[in-house]
Amino acid sequence: MSVGTLPGPRRGVQPVSLGSAWPTLGPLLVLFVFSAVFSFSTRTFLAAGNLSLIVQQSVIVGTLSIGQTLIILTGGIDLANGAITVLATIVAGRLVNDQNNPALSLLFAIVICIFIGLLVGLLISRLGLPPFIVTLGFLGIVTAATRLIAQGGAFPVTDDLLSWTGNAFNLGGAAVTYGTVVMIGLYLLVSYLLTQTAWGRHIYAIGNNREAARLVGIPVQNRLLSVYCFAALLYGVAAWLALGRIPNADPNALQNGNLDSITAVVIGGTSLFGGRGNIWGTLTGTLIVSVLRNGLTLSGIDPLWQDLVTGILVISAVALDQISRRKQR
Amino acid sequence: MHPPLLTHNGVSLSTNLFTQQAKCCSKRFLGIRNKNKGLLLAPLFLAALIGMCSQARAADQTIIGLVTKTEVNPYFVKLRQAATAEAEKHGAKLIPRFGKFDGDNEGQVAAIENLISAGAKGILITPNNSTGVLGAVKKARDKGILVIALDTATDPLDAVDATLATDNFEAGVKQGEYARKTLGNKTPKLAMLDGTPGGTVDTLRHNGFLKGFGIKEGDPAIVGKQITHGAQDEGQTAMENLLSAHPDINVVYTINEPAAEGAYAAIKAAGKTNDIVLTSIDGGRLGVEYVKGGKIAATVMQFPKIMATRGVDYVVDYAKDGKKPTGFINTGSQLITDKPFPDLPSKDTKWGLENCWG
Amino acid sequence: MPTPGKIVLEARRIVKRYGHVTALNGADLELRAGEVLAVVGDNGAGKSTMIKVLCGAVIPDEGEVILDGQPVRFHNPLEPRKLGIETVFQDLAVAPALDIATNLFLGREIRCEGALGFWFRRLDKGRMRREAEQEMRALKFHLPSIDSAVENLSGGQRQGVAVARAAIFAKRLVIMDEPTAALGVRESGQVLNLIRTIRDRGLPVILISHNMPHVFEVADRIHIMRLGRRVALTNPQRHTMAQVVAIMTGAVPGDETSANAAADSF
Repeated sequence: MSVGTLPGPRRGVQPVSLGSAWPTLGPLLVLFVFSAVFSFSTRTFLAAGNLSLIVQQSVIVGTLSIGQTLIILTGGIDLANGAITVLATIVAGRLVNDQNNPALSLLFAIVICIFIGLLVGLLISRLGLPPFIVTLGFLGIVTAATRLIAQGGAFPVTDDLLSWTGNAFNLGGAAVTYGTVVMIGLYLLVSYLLTQTAWGRHIYAIGNNREAARLVGIPVQNRLLSVYCFAALLYGVAAWLALGRIPNADPNALQNGNLDSITAVVIGGTSLFGGRGNIWGTLTGTLIVSVLRNGLTLSGIDPLWQDLVTGILVISAVALDQISRRKQR
Repeated sequence: MHPPLLTHNGVSLSTNLFTQQAKCCSKRFLGIRNKNKGLLLAPLFLAALIGMCSQARAADQTIIGLVTKTEVNPYFVKLRQAATAEAEKHGAKLIPRFGKFDGDNEGQVAAIENLISAGAKGILITPNNSTGVLGAVKKARDKGILVIALDTATDPLDAVDATLATDNFEAGVKQGEYARKTLGNKTPKLAMLDGTPGGTVDTLRHNGFLKGFGIKEGDPAIVGKQITHGAQDEGQTAMENLLSAHPDINVVYTINEPAAEGAYAAIKAAGKTNDIVLTSIDGGRLGVEYVKGGKIAATVMQFPKIMATRGVDYVVDYAKDGKKPTGFINTGSQLITDKPFPDLPSKDTKWGLENCWG
Repeated sequence: MPTPGKIVLEARRIVKRYGHVTALNGADLELRAGEVLAVVGDNGAGKSTMIKVLCGAVIPDEGEVILDGQPVRFHNPLEPRKLGIETVFQDLAVAPALDIATNLFLGREIRCEGALGFWFRRLDKGRMRREAEQEMRALKFHLPSIDSAVENLSGGQRQGVAVARAAIFAKRLVIMDEPTAALGVRESGQVLNLIRTIRDRGLPVILISHNMPHVFEVADRIHIMRLGRRVALTNPQRHTMAQVVAIMTGAVPGDETSANAAADSF
């Protein structure tokens, strides 16, 4: 990058900049450092069973964060994702209790998610309403709908299909749940979509410079609509994963799903301003939070430190993003 | 915070100073030139430090896990402090964990799993929801870990080894009986400020109250029900709305004292403090003081300290001789009021303040 | 002097009003094959509106636009593009975080052939990269690496990317709105070179600019606007910069007839 050769008011970037390296290396480095520390300070951190646990604990937020990443890449934000997932668990849980048709119940729950995504996407893309406001509104709507459907109760799910994602197979001494496999599959899929298809490039372009995207002929509205629908589909899948992990559809669950997923995305190096970041950073960000929670428990440290450290990481990530953007302007 | 934790923080702070140099070295090692940017890496190292200076020295110590619902409710804070003190007394190490909000099953499950990994001998848990955490609890018990439910029973009861709890239904009955008696011959117009819909404790208290009050769910005497999540602000809003809809309310059930405090503010603003019997349940210090100050007519006290200390004792015994407690162990509840009725056993607020949990 | 090319794009008697303000008042414009036509005028002379009409961003109230002898009517910015008219906008229409090759092909990505492209929508990144490199070489525009993010480029290089994108995809002509406005001297030079290269490859260019030295450096003909219409059409040989400025500002009356004579002598 020998760009600094041209004179003029705009300077090129310094050859080595922590700012520009952060999005790819930063999160991995943090994950590595935490893992190293916990491996030394506790005896059980590196045990296969414990590592498998950390991944299992990341599955729900990890899946929510995929949708959140796509939305944040377009320059939006989703405050309703956790609520949508909870609604799907309740719908599936209640239907399967009433009708005893697990496949159809699950499908119906996912279709409801997509329908909500469609509404959200239409309001944002066609009416141009701010994503923050639209999803804030839907957070309320969906939460209330969930409570109305649940009627104050929780629905224990015993069905094999609905809780299938919680089953595990053995891989080199570690239990790997099918939910983990599903999540990794989704990451691979979205990684492919983002890096190998025009759709993915358009997502970045829209978040990066929406006007430019429109001027070069990208159908911005349709792309945004597709992102919100696809993200909602992922939230539906997250509901399936949630039922596998805790076979109990509880209207009070996942209240922090929105903030947890934003945290993971931001720690993963994706810019809240849109257009920058990558999906593997998000997975790393999710794992960082889980590693912290697990490692601090193993070390017997007050759990409040987890929130404290996570908060510092979030601010550091955003600060680095801001600095790197300022440099490159 | 309680003393042992302070010591712990003290240690980490002094170590922090000691390792400043190490931090600088690592910065150079990582090839970060810019000073300002390097500073941004500091939190990362701080976090690493926190990990380093708290080696799990637990090889020979009995580890006891405590998983509470949240850390915002003082009830659970007191429970934790009592457990920590009791564990220390026995030379055991207590690792406290908690959910982030009422209903955070995922957080509680993760906490149990991590405690299993940490090698806990016993886990004391106040489950969010009587069914939500059973999978993780079973995993723990399969590993030979003694699991005791505190404060909230699981469904089924034998999902855990033993349950140390207030019989919340019984406590609700006491609250309901008192409310009914205070009301005398007046036609009851009951407002119910519930906690979180679907919560086990909430349901038991609610139903117990109705039984003690002598009515059934759906009775026309119940003029309104609202969800407060046991929070003061929500309690106040709920009561304000109920009062404006039904100015003739003359008796109020509240899920806990913060909700009661909120309700009292609304009642006071409406100028109805003399017309309404406000009752609550829980028995925190503030709650007893509300009773003493006349804000609440009566509250039903429970004894979380007993749950905590006995829970810890059971785990310590189990570690020693493998003896497990079983079944539901009622830690009791006590009606606290300064306006007693001879046929309802109660204690006054003086006793209450001496025996309350915080 | 080259022989005058045939008319590629013509605008006749264009009128555009915004409420009581008449932005274009019977404006004409003609672009001939193989030329760089500079459109100059004071602020409010109507040159921006004229360009917006030509690139489909504004629909005129009256008048017609003729492209290669066929009357056309544009309703949105995508229609002229389909007909081979590319526009480089003043506010750099690039996505800074994406690399150069991606930016060049943004919105016109090339997919792999066969099932991989059709069923899996896979992009042929290698091909886009090769073609991007090829085009940049053909345009003699030097860039550090086709893989670096646009935000790591200098302002001139960024503008170069936007201009190159237009040049690659334009079939008939390229419109540039103030492409050197935000650039330093040397960076402007790069972009002006690029404009010449594009013309030499046979694409006529309409260049809107405030900067007289730049106009005189690259323009074959100069179209001067004032008060919503063309007041003169000249060339850098016929008038000096000072004279052009004088016509622009109304200090010297423009003469459409003599201007047309100038055009014919081109």
